[in-house]
Amino acid sequence: MAAGTHYLPGLTPTNEPSVQKSDDAAGFYELGEKLVDEKAPTGPIEERWTTRKFENRLVNPANRRKLDIIIVGTGLAGGAAAATLGEAGYNVKSFCYQDSPRRAHSIAAQGGINAAKNYKEDGDSTYRLFYDTVKGGDYRARESNVYRLAEQSANIIDQCVAQGVPFAREYGGLLDNRSFGGVQVSRTFYARGQTGQQLLLGAYQAMERQVAAGTVEAFTRHEMLELIVVDGKARGIVARDMVTGAIETHLADVVVLASGGYGNVFYLSTNAMGSNVTAAWRAHRKGAYMANPCYTQIHPTCIPVTGSHQSKLTLMSESLRNDGRIWVPKKVEDCEKDPREIPEADRDFFLERIYPSFGNLVPRDIASRAAKYMCDEGRGVGPEIEELQPDGTTKKVRRGVYLDLTDAINRLGKEAVEEKYDNLLDMYERITGESPYELPMRIYPAVHYVMGGLWVDYELQSNIPGLFVTGEANFSDHGANRLGASALMQGLADGYFVLPNTIRDYLADGPFEKVAEDHPAVVEALASVTERVDKFMSIQGTRSVESYHKELGSIMWEYCGMDRREEGLKTAIAKIRALREDFWTNVKVLGSADNINQDLEKAGRVADFLELGELMCIDALNRRESCGGHFRGESQTEDGEALRHDDEFAYVAAWEWGGDSNDGGQPVLHKEDLIYTAIEMKQRSYK
Amino acid sequence: MKLTLKIWRQENPTATGAIHTYELDGVAKDMSFLEMLDLLNEQLVLTGEEPVAFDSDCREGICGMCSLMINGEAHGPEVTTTCQLHMRSFNDGDTITIEPWRAEPFPVLKDLVVDRSAFDRIIQAGGYISANTGSAPEANSVPAPRDKAMRAFNVATCIGCGACVAACPNGSASLFMGAKITHLGELPQGQPERWSRVVDMVGQHDHEGFGGCTNIGECASACPKEIPLDVISQLNKDLRTAMKNGL
Repeated sequence: MAAGTHYLPGLTPTNEPSVQKSDDAAGFYELGEKLVDEKAPTGPIEERWTTRKFENRLVNPANRRKLDIIIVGTGLAGGAAAATLGEAGYNVKSFCYQDSPRRAHSIAAQGGINAAKNYKEDGDSTYRLFYDTVKGGDYRARESNVYRLAEQSANIIDQCVAQGVPFAREYGGLLDNRSFGGVQVSRTFYARGQTGQQLLLGAYQAMERQVAAGTVEAFTRHEMLELIVVDGKARGIVARDMVTGAIETHLADVVVLASGGYGNVFYLSTNAMGSNVTAAWRAHRKGAYMANPCYTQIHPTCIPVTGSHQSKLTLMSESLRNDGRIWVPKKVEDCEKDPREIPEADRDFFLERIYPSFGNLVPRDIASRAAKYMCDEGRGVGPEIEELQPDGTTKKVRRGVYLDLTDAINRLGKEAVEEKYDNLLDMYERITGESPYELPMRIYPAVHYVMGGLWVDYELQSNIPGLFVTGEANFSDHGANRLGASALMQGLADGYFVLPNTIRDYLADGPFEKVAEDHPAVVEALASVTERVDKFMSIQGTRSVESYHKELGSIMWEYCGMDRREEGLKTAIAKIRALREDFWTNVKVLGSADNINQDLEKAGRVADFLELGELMCIDALNRRESCGGHFRGESQTEDGEALRHDDEFAYVAAWEWGGDSNDGGQPVLHKEDLIYTAIEMKQRSYK
Repeated sequence: MKLTLKIWRQENPTATGAIHTYELDGVAKDMSFLEMLDLLNEQLVLTGEEPVAFDSDCREGICGMCSLMINGEAHGPEVTTTCQLHMRSFNDGDTITIEPWRAEPFPVLKDLVVDRSAFDRIIQAGGYISANTGSAPEANSVPAPRDKAMRAFNVATCIGCGACVAACPNGSASLFMGAKITHLGELPQGQPERWSRVVDMVGQHDHEGFGGCTNIGECASACPKEIPLDVISQLNKDLRTAMKNGL
């Protein structure tokens, strides 16, 4: 048996543990001990979760009300967990930075939610959903976690329907599905283009019902700024009341982070303005490992940037690629022209040209990179944007490619296209001022989701006992790339079904000894937050918080975006370090700390992004392979396709905080081998 | 574009607020209304004046966090949210007056930021279907007629932004409530609690200090999600039935 596979008795591994030969990030990190998921289940894959649920200890209903659970974040993962744990009778405190739990960014998900119901009798099954998810993640996810996710998917639909989620239905009143994201079965349940909204409102209403029942207490407009760790266990948080400015301690038996992803490290993304890494990053600085931080999903069909004022990017559903043909002008001088005046012969339908068999439907990362290369060549369209170049200079570049619906309109008629894409085309027109019926749409890739996040074991517990992490905030289920309609599935699986069944085993040992407000660890955490707030208010430099965020975003996008290379990543690390140093001496935050102060809130988030960005670059530098959403220019086939190196990198990179690099610190890398028994690794090809 | 902005500034919930006037140059037509305010704030920071506080989050018209009365209209002149309103709807040289939502149950917290937690409390009172996790039957065991499911979806798109309340001369939240009551009441799963739901929600609504509906219709015309006025008829109908049933 291969080394490191001792937790798979009786099973035959299909791969050997990898051995890394390259060391691009030498000098930027320390190599730590290998990491093993001690909670990894054993036995045949289809029995692992059932067995675990049985083996995990129960908490007596009478004891539950004596157990306090803190949940940070109220999206699908956090809202669903708060509702479920409240219903079970635990004492839940829920936190969100928005003014209502209903506004968490899960609400913006458009497409749908996957579930292996096989209602279409088209050959779907739990195993097929599992298989598609592991393959889609480019074999960088744990098989046991993914299988559990696929297993829970059907229960999610049942639960949501019972709550009154208005899914699309057939004429007979039964649920409708569609096929989504390049899979060959119809397993995506949807509520027009607003599935995330409807699922979140279901979880929100269930949670508010528990607020009324007195089992959940909701703290809105509260931001977690520190984790409290007592005797090695997570026992509470420090949060700031964003209205009064009060810095509060909240103590509990266990802490759950469901605080979402960190795509806003790129400044421009499809995330909400407030989406941030602070809760996760504070936990990381207290010892929680950050896993695979470089795995970023870039979505090919977003509305392009129009100028330096741009504050966020908007996704246009990828389904448009079913009917739209993507092109750029063949000649650079045509790029300024009205596209209607460019004859067909002078148009380069580059995806159809390079990938004749899949054409415009190639996977997200391939479509994204191809668009980038066209624009790099100077053949982009739309307004010119000033941007950072690999050599550090700035240049004006057009960042957009055409997505042309003309053929579809001619073939299907305007009405049919209108009906199919509903409000999507109106939304495009509202934002750009151009009608897709008259002019080809302009699109460009944008950061959309992060697969990386805090490291958790099979039970969703981080390496800090008592700290659980769910949803996009953890790293666990999507490997190096997430399939369409799987984010909603994971958030709800974690919140409704997985966490409630794993957290009870931890809580079975509780209630734990009460932590006193004057315990040194509590006092220290509170003091560090107060000190940090005071620091932001006292620097009184010359640059706005926003300007630092924008600069960090442009560094990340240029060097750690769609095409990452050794030299660029090293440049980025140096630039981020210098920017962070400058931030702490020259940032300007006005107003006071005892009131709503949006610049102060943002300063804390940007400070954490300035540390995370560096770690992402180091992780990307170390991983000299292309897998899923991570593309290293040095690792591609002759045809420019992503090339994985399973022999070197079939592992989870879990990073331990080693101190600020500007003070001489270095992150420590712990590798967790990925060993498969129920599936075999394969290279993909879309030619 | 060059604009004159008249903006409500108020330090905290108890302070007296006032309209302040700012001149803003360099506004592009492609900017969203909130990006225009970002530009103003960037300028204010550099000149040493505290930026204007306003709420926003998703900036794609779905989270319901943004608000603002723009020249006296909730979310401004177009049928959309403030975050999806673009500056091409305005002209060079315009004067734009920007105020927070106007309604007593939505007290101002600072500048343009208001407290809408009353909406959460209305939902707590009954805006849900009681279905504990794990207790749900197979999803297809209860078919829902397609037309009813469609109507449920159409009104479930409410984003809880509060524009209906801000636009209503009575400060009523009837459209918000009617949307939820219609959404859950159209589905088979929503029937068991249908009558208690409407009584409890209306009770909380009145307790919060929202006004009564007198069928003016400003709410529906201000609604960025175009929730139709007939959800209020549905609300009243359900309320009457509940009363008749002695609830």
